[in-house]
Amino acid sequence: MIAVAFDTRGAEDARPWIEAARPTYPCLIDRLHTVATLYGMVNVPNAVWIDEAGRIVRPAEPAGATDAFRRMDRATLRLPPDAAAEARAARQAYLDAVRDWVRQGPRSRYVLPPKRVRARLAGEDADATLAALHFRLGVWLWEHGQDSEAQGHFREAQRLSPRDWRYRRQVWHLEEPGKAGGPEFWAAVDALGDRPYYPPLDL
Amino acid sequence: MTTVLFGEAETSIPDAVVIRGDLWLPAADLARVTGWELKPEGLCRDDTCVPVPPDRAGEIVRNDRVNLSAFARLLSLPAVCSTTGDAWAFSAEPALQEPGSESDRAPDFALPDLDGRVHRLSDYRGTKIFLVSWASW
Repeated sequence: MIAVAFDTRGAEDARPWIEAARPTYPCLIDRLHTVATLYGMVNVPNAVWIDEAGRIVRPAEPAGATDAFRRMDRATLRLPPDAAAEARAARQAYLDAVRDWVRQGPRSRYVLPPKRVRARLAGEDADATLAALHFRLGVWLWEHGQDSEAQGHFREAQRLSPRDWRYRRQVWHLEEPGKAGGPEFWAAVDALGDRPYYPPLDL
Repeated sequence: MTTVLFGEAETSIPDAVVIRGDLWLPAADLARVTGWELKPEGLCRDDTCVPVPPDRAGEIVRNDRVNLSAFARLLSLPAVCSTTGDAWAFSAEPALQEPGSESDRAPDFALPDLDGRVHRLSDYRGTKIFLVSWASW
């Protein structure tokens, strides 16, 4: 297992979480969200399965996370029992799939054949690359005190990659602690309507 | 001072100039900024060389200076810059792949852990990798 933190403030933001987890696996810091761009990860937690030969056997998808969180009571931050059960079941199903792959390797029914992997990877477009470039420049400008110019590039990244939640939540987080989970976040989630925040897992 | 972000690399160049929206820098800086070199065969990086079409040669190199913007256009590398022209970001890889050429090979990367030690994905070749993202936000 390799965990990658898409945290632009790097170790400063990631350290408390990593230390609390006391991990036995590498926990890497990805300030520029490079892995996200390389693997098409548009949110967290997203995961990719890579076999011993370095081939992707499941491309980026939500790692057991579902939209059950949208039924959270926003005042108490608690999930109603049915949503909590749904969230637990989805997480369990995903982890069971991972364990199946660990045990069975290429014979696991959750391993996708190369053709299906490539089909899921197809559709990566020029806008995603340009969005990543604007984010990259925005981060540099923000780090050098040019906040308002940085914001222009962050907004452009968001415009080019509207379904990529990293560009919105990371930037909110840089602006103010807690903003990534605040009223703007919930408004953006509500604006989805029936569209998913986490695409349903297709195991 | 001009900062060029090329892929994940960051370089400061004191002698860069912007002419009609294009970034020019001393030809001697091309390799350290981009990892590409101008050779008789064309623009080369590792084992790859991209010939420079004769009608575009003057657009890219003139008087010991390289037009990095024209270089990027030749290699289909997207680029963005700040309004002052003091900071530029170039993608190190072309934006669009040939349809049907998508690869299921896991791209390599190099990132530090909390101790600053750099890990590459390729360090772990030979074992299954469950690569999972998270964030403090």
